[in-house]
Amino acid sequence: MHRDVAEKLAKLPPDEQVLLRPLVDTSRWFYVGAAVCGAITLWGIIAYVLQVRYGLGRTGLNRPEYWGIYIICFVFFIGISHAGTLISAILRISKAEWRRSITRSAELITVLVIGFGAIQPVIDLGRPDRVLNVLFHAQPLSPLLWDVVSIGLYFFSCTIYLYLPLLPDLAVIRDSGIKAPRLYRFLAAGYRDTPAQRLQLERAIGVLSIIVIPIAVSVHTVIGWIFAMTLRPMWHSTIFGPYFVMGAIYSGIAAILVAMAVLRRVYRLEGYFKEVHFDYLGRLLLIFSLLWFYFTFAEYLTAFYGGEPGEMRTFWAKLTGRFAVPFWAMVAGCFVIPLALMSRQATRTPVGTSIAGIAVVIGMWLERYNIVVPTSVNPRWEIEGVGHYLPSWIELSIMAATFSGFILLYMIATKFVPIVSIWEIKEGRASVQEVAERVAHYSERVA
Amino acid sequence: MTRWGMVIDLARCTGCAACEVACKSENNIPTVSPDQAEMGRATSWMRVMAEPKGAFPDTTLEFYPRPCMHCDNPPCIKVCPVRATYIDPEGIVGQIYPRCIGCRYCANACPYTVKYFNWYGPEWPESERQYRNPDVSVRAKGVIEKCTFCHHRLQKAREDARAQGRQLREEDYQPACAEICPTDAIVFGDLDNPTHRVAELKEDPRVMRLMEDLGTQPKVYYLRQRT
Ligand code: SF4
Ligand code: SF4
Repeated sequence: MHRDVAEKLAKLPPDEQVLLRPLVDTSRWFYVGAAVCGAITLWGIIAYVLQVRYGLGRTGLNRPEYWGIYIICFVFFIGISHAGTLISAILRISKAEWRRSITRSAELITVLVIGFGAIQPVIDLGRPDRVLNVLFHAQPLSPLLWDVVSIGLYFFSCTIYLYLPLLPDLAVIRDSGIKAPRLYRFLAAGYRDTPAQRLQLERAIGVLSIIVIPIAVSVHTVIGWIFAMTLRPMWHSTIFGPYFVMGAIYSGIAAILVAMAVLRRVYRLEGYFKEVHFDYLGRLLLIFSLLWFYFTFAEYLTAFYGGEPGEMRTFWAKLTGRFAVPFWAMVAGCFVIPLALMSRQATRTPVGTSIAGIAVVIGMWLERYNIVVPTSVNPRWEIEGVGHYLPSWIELSIMAATFSGFILLYMIATKFVPIVSIWEIKEGRASVQEVAERVAHYSERVA
Repeated sequence: MTRWGMVIDLARCTGCAACEVACKSENNIPTVSPDQAEMGRATSWMRVMAEPKGAFPDTTLEFYPRPCMHCDNPPCIKVCPVRATYIDPEGIVGQIYPRCIGCRYCANACPYTVKYFNWYGPEWPESERQYRNPDVSVRAKGVIEKCTFCHHRLQKAREDARAQGRQLREEDYQPACAEICPTDAIVFGDLDNPTHRVAELKEDPRVMRLMEDLGTQPKVYYLRQRT
């Protein structure tokens, strides 16, 4: 860190000092991490170039396993993207005070991960060169088209929803002059944080947080419908829309928890990501693990009770057959582990929640695997026989690159924007009195 | 209204797979290497499926020649984001290869798994290349393809009939599989035309269609084994 930057930083109030430090002070480990992520991403890009050159034959896909890792990752990443916007919007609307320090990191996940999710189906295309046909020859009855529309809308609204609450912080960085003055002058877009501007800003955020909720819900509903609209056994189910939305929020919360635990350690944010935040998010995670069980149970019981032969082949393949390992690993990751850890106060700690979070993230990936693959390899017509699927190194490399690419972008983003919203923290500190009054009002006796 | 369809008599089918071979050479379907075939990447628009029946030692094989069913209510069409698969007014479900983006959604939506994807570009040994059918386009890598009821033959038959100033006759338009079948198990024609054999055969008491309960309304009918 340059001496004059350090001086400028030292002149700022304490919150700014801590939260803006990562923008100007970068450790060696950051570069090591970035280099590793960058290398993996590059490797994946090479794998993709090979795939485009030689054809999808380079994957492990076949008939009847037409969809594989890419579609699994598509559902998975778009699911993670429900972290931010949805959670932060719901918490904002419900005036949960503890949200203040976590919204930014969550919203950032959302915006960065959508792109990585949205490219997956394009990677999966046999003819990526014709992807624009989706616009030129749009066929509105296709759920894939609904997806294009709703993910597009989602990306657009989430980006604004990330950007607006960034404005006051960008203005602070601009005024402090600690980093890239021109860039921040541009980004802050003349925002001066006058009371009038602040009022307008908060109104806009309020409206947006209402708008993004139905959009977010539509996104994963439609992804569920991609499967549900076909006549395939164990896909053709009305529960898929809500099931996918619930799963998306679940994996989103898990992702926030993991991200928060890491950020807290590397940027020393113990004063912002407190035990209580992990505790509260842990409780949310607990609720969702129960919801997850409820939905999964309902889905499987309905299929089992109906006992339709086509469905049963897929059903048993999952429960006791070839997919028993991923299936029960999913149950462990999505239900047993989070339930065990999150139902006790003693394990709703940063460490406990991150373990549960990682388990849920893995479990939710497996859930998508268990949706896509077992149904694909069990065609409805029994004489077809059972298919098989072994992902190739190309698919696995592209998947690894997607993860590392996302982590890399997230790391870089923490170098450009404060990962905790400074103005919202300050506003929170200033409004303690008001909140106390509000809370007192809840329990006031009415004469 | 013309509705092209097919009736396949399972009691006549001997499982010789002549239809499969005829289809492949008619429609420029390249053969793939054994390990690709092992991976489930062989293409066979018409495929003779075999189902073992009975308990040992009294076992038999039952054969189901299986083309695209050319459903009247085809689930494959609804899901295509770019309208690269369509049903024409005479009921033939076709593919627009130059438009398909290769998402394989239609393949997943088809309950009969009759859609084939071009995992690699097509390749022929030098000796076979000259025998490709000039009437059928060769599909590029990355697109979906399937049985077309030899749609190109219909176009040709129509032109011929028009040139000779007469109506299209039943024997003018026959797909390669129906033409080749040595036991006459595959009968093709206009389901709505009472003078065509299929119109009568589809009223046979042995008639059935695959997965009729799905409501896809296949235009390929099967006549069950005689018991
Ligand atoms: S059999 Fe499959 S591909 Fe053929 S029309 Fe029916 S759904 Fe479409
Ligand atoms: S693979 Fe081609 S024909 Fe099938 S749904 Fe996709 S674009 Fe349409």
